[in-house]
Amino acid sequence: MSELNNGNPVLIIGGGHSGVSAALEITEAVDKKVCIVEKKPYLGGRVLQMYKYFPKLCPPFCGFEINTKRIKSSPSDNIKFYVSSVVEEISKEKAGTGYTVKIRQKPQYINDNCTICGECVKECPENRPNDFNYGMDTTKAIYLPNISTFPLKYTVDEEYCKFSSCKKCEDACKYNAIDLNAKESVFELKVSDIIFATGWKPYNLEKLENLGYGKFKNVITNVMMERLAAETGPTNGRILRPSDGKEVNDVAFIQCAGSRNENHLPYCSAVCCMASLKQALYLREKNPSSSPTIFYIDLRTPGRYENFLNKANGDENIKFNKGIVGKISEDRSTGDLMLDVEDMLSGKKIKFRAEMVVLAGGMYPNIKDDLSNIKIGGDIKIDIDENGFIFNEDFDAGIFSAGVAKFPLDVYMSGQSATSAALSVIQRNVKL
Amino acid sequence: MDNNVGVYICSGCDIGKSLNVERLVNTAKDSFKPLVCISHEALCGEEGVNLIKKDIEEKSVNKVVIAACSMRAKQDVFNFNPLSIHTERVNIREHVIWISPPNDNNTQLLAEDYIGMGITRAKKSDFPEPLIQDLNKTILVVGGGVTGLNAAINSAKAGYDVVLVEKKSNLGGFPYSKYKKWETEPPFDKNIYIGESLNKLINEVENAKKIKIYKNSKIKSISGAPGKFNVEIEPADESNKAGVINETIGSIVVATGWKPYDAKKLDYLGYGLTPDVLTNVELEELYSDLSGKGKNENFTLKRKSNGESVKSIAFIQCAGSRDEEHLPYCSTVCCMSSLKEAALIRKNNPDANVYIIYKDIRTPGEYENFYRKMQNDEGIFMVKGDVSAVSYDKNNNIIDLKVKNTLFGGDIDLNVEMAVLATGMVPNSGEIACAQDVNNLNVNLTTDNPVSASGASCPPSVPVSTAQVAKSGLLNLTYRQGNEMPDLAYGFPDSNFICFPYESRRTGIYPAGSVRMPMDTVFSVDDAKGAVLKAIQCIEQTSKGMSVHPRSNDTTYPFFDLPRCTQCKRCTEECPFGAIDEDEKGTPKYNPERCRRCGVCMGACPVRIISFKNYSPDIGASMIKSLYIPEEPTDENYRILVFACENDAYPALDILGLNKINLSSNIRVIPVRCLGSINNVWYTDALSKGIDGILLLGCKFGDDYQCHFAKGSELASYRMVNLKETLTRLVLEEERIRQIQLEFSDYMKLPEIVEDFVNKVKSLGPNPYKGF
Repeated sequence: MSELNNGNPVLIIGGGHSGVSAALEITEAVDKKVCIVEKKPYLGGRVLQMYKYFPKLCPPFCGFEINTKRIKSSPSDNIKFYVSSVVEEISKEKAGTGYTVKIRQKPQYINDNCTICGECVKECPENRPNDFNYGMDTTKAIYLPNISTFPLKYTVDEEYCKFSSCKKCEDACKYNAIDLNAKESVFELKVSDIIFATGWKPYNLEKLENLGYGKFKNVITNVMMERLAAETGPTNGRILRPSDGKEVNDVAFIQCAGSRNENHLPYCSAVCCMASLKQALYLREKNPSSSPTIFYIDLRTPGRYENFLNKANGDENIKFNKGIVGKISEDRSTGDLMLDVEDMLSGKKIKFRAEMVVLAGGMYPNIKDDLSNIKIGGDIKIDIDENGFIFNEDFDAGIFSAGVAKFPLDVYMSGQSATSAALSVIQRNVKL
Repeated sequence: MDNNVGVYICSGCDIGKSLNVERLVNTAKDSFKPLVCISHEALCGEEGVNLIKKDIEEKSVNKVVIAACSMRAKQDVFNFNPLSIHTERVNIREHVIWISPPNDNNTQLLAEDYIGMGITRAKKSDFPEPLIQDLNKTILVVGGGVTGLNAAINSAKAGYDVVLVEKKSNLGGFPYSKYKKWETEPPFDKNIYIGESLNKLINEVENAKKIKIYKNSKIKSISGAPGKFNVEIEPADESNKAGVINETIGSIVVATGWKPYDAKKLDYLGYGLTPDVLTNVELEELYSDLSGKGKNENFTLKRKSNGESVKSIAFIQCAGSRDEEHLPYCSTVCCMSSLKEAALIRKNNPDANVYIIYKDIRTPGEYENFYRKMQNDEGIFMVKGDVSAVSYDKNNNIIDLKVKNTLFGGDIDLNVEMAVLATGMVPNSGEIACAQDVNNLNVNLTTDNPVSASGASCPPSVPVSTAQVAKSGLLNLTYRQGNEMPDLAYGFPDSNFICFPYESRRTGIYPAGSVRMPMDTVFSVDDAKGAVLKAIQCIEQTSKGMSVHPRSNDTTYPFFDLPRCTQCKRCTEECPFGAIDEDEKGTPKYNPERCRRCGVCMGACPVRIISFKNYSPDIGASMIKSLYIPEEPTDENYRILVFACENDAYPALDILGLNKINLSSNIRVIPVRCLGSINNVWYTDALSKGIDGILLLGCKFGDDYQCHFAKGSELASYRMVNLKETLTRLVLEEERIRQIQLEFSDYMKLPEIVEDFVNKVKSLGPNPYKGF
């Protein structure tokens, strides 16, 4: 191995699939430290909220299990991570080519003594909306974020915990794992390079007023649909609509909800066609008499994913309509939804009734908003494009990107970009 | 080696409230006479861990058995030097008290059995002896196109030596002789000329000190293993009499790219009718000529038939792609490619009308910007529809296209002067061997029953679906399992391709670029870099004696007790990674550097000569033998052995525990590296001991397989054929063994799966061998 500058770690912002992949690919290849900063209390990112991955329809926890095993078995102490943490400031180091970053970590009310025995939860009197399930159900204020939580410990939701006026959890814990007086910590780190693996969030679909999200209960987003299908979701994996808990059959999927639209997301979010096909298949499997209809502009299933389209096409109960949904209204007596559709094939305007509507909302890069919360030194330029993606890596500056921070990518391509970013880091730090 | 076993039983997390821990301690002491056997109320706390550390130091405990929570929890705390301390985690929390009623004799027996199996495994385990080696770290890049050039330069930039082999006389690959425009950076609507950057890259590669280039060359053969590949390079042109050159190589990036789909097979789209029907590749070549190889931006596209300036042209998308008769997949780049060609025509033939006949326009991500720009061009007509017929009106020198299923329902006729077929990409992953060659390749495509040297009859060793299509001509591996990378589908190499894009079935060999899946120049660059990283990682990990993905960092590997080998060849056939070659007699030649430590070979071996230091047929058999099998045939005394895949089924059981959902106390779970590592002796040992039924919980197999050892769970299922024979011989019902394909998130299904199987076994009655 060529010798590497390994004084300071690589900062990886974001501990989702891309960030974790980049961290592992670097540390398994060379002797280089990495440090992941993740804003959630756990690693794994948004993909853990998916019921299954396309095109194999396999659970994300499987790959994540391998990755956590890789982290746990990492022989030298090269991977560090800070959960519930954000980067607040990035400045250039005066000497050298690296950066000084300021990190703010929320109070760690639960320490590593936690054994996940669960005694605290039994005593906690407060409920909170469960963000993992997009608020469709609740957990206690002290909670385990997901079934594969890593690091494996409970978390306290500051917004809902009553702290010193309650303290029941603290009293219940036999392992001194809870300290409700814990304070946030702010600290500085010197890092050699930065990988933005900041991922995405669903586009705010309330902005698409004509589609009724936020107004009509049975208009949901594709990410919510993942939770409805998942065993760990609010309905234990039964696809039931929010208004009355009815098992739905006639479900309309509306593609490009916000994407490919200059007033919203001018780009194609690249995953939504595959996601809706996948969700139509969930529905067909779980509700055998269901009949999903997909309203689309173009069906984008590149490469071998074409197989997956063929699979959905092979099910005659899955209908495709090349059409634009102009407006959705609600039938108040039933909770059903009426869609005004411009059918592009016939050129006719049609009405379509659905029991539930799933909006294939696009991916909005987190970094677009996050960057405004980070104080960045005037001499640092982050090449972020008009849509909020960091496509161009800046090799000399040591600023790289992976996953959806870079481009609208699916899980597979995110892994590819993370592996590529890992090589860039090695190249920048190698002593040739 | 000393076997100083220390048993540490935790009574925390309600273990002490649910089990009689004192009795557990006493039973373990009586049955196994460990050096130390104690309980503690919180082993994972500082006091508990120090207790263990003290015993390690003062009493030389080297086999630490921790009966507490799952091996998936607190791994950072119970972390002792694996080279001198064997740490055995016994899961009496998630797998016992969280899924069984408290203070119940059956729950107690379950915990006792688990502790017994844990101690047995610890006693029988040796310490890993990592195979640390000085290995060659040169990276071989096969193919000098965009992907290969990027792989080469990026390896060099990371400090590694490179050998680059290109069959042509020039580097640059596909775009080299074409008109080089593409979108390479935001906002992706500039139609950038990439010729200069390509030339720059070629120059950089040609002048890089670390890169040795063989042009006009191809690979004659590759033998060996990561860190010690021997690569024979020979002239691509057979008339060239230059000799074969040998290079020692660490790992390999395969960047052999693609070739256009053969347009001759697309005569229904008018190919061959007139020179004015051409493919997108031919159009690119035409542009290259017209522009003086890119020197000139302004040129008029002229008809091939008469040299007149083109006034109307149609692009027929998916010509051969997305078509079960031709290429069933989408070639991904053709939409962008036709759009950029359309833009060029509009620029240089401003009065020309351009029609793009498409099924779906696929311009993912920010490529949408380019599409939007083209849609705003009034001379470009996007026509959704299917071309049903193409004819040529010779008199008027006009091409007539009939288009069906267009928007607004109608069928239309289009008369154009030129038609371009957007033909797709076919991976250059080796040529399918001719039927007569198949016999010469070392690939067993037959299902005839070979007979092992010991005389025992063996059923077919490899299920038909795992036998690979015999290919050759590219890497020419001298591997026992075939000359090229195994295919996943349509000639693309096999990889479990969602979470781990570079999960290659040939360790140390990483395909990149459009040989792996259809992709454009931009993503090929990224892919080249990704593959290089994996190539580097493979040699670095291997030289440290560690496995690569998915058992990264594992220092154990199988040993072959060859004097006892019967040359039955099952291990060499079944290894999902082709790690085992054979000598002429059929004796396995194991290559640890190619091995991924799944244990499939160990499961395959009928004479049990393959074992890991801490995982072996003997260890498994001894664990099974340590189980207490009550003789009285009551419901609660049924014993079901469960082999659970460590990565998915075992955690699924953990999650069930986390949710405190009860599971039958009749089961005894043994985690396995992969279902493929289960040796048949475990079944027969279990059944002859009186185990009533055996349940296998492992990954999904078939087309959408989920096994990260690719074929492990499928092989386990396949070996059942052999097992049925054994069961018949023992006069036992074959229903006593069942395999279930279980996903990580299927934990809620476990109670039903287990109950259903337990009930089935109960309906068969107790195992008649009980008590013998």
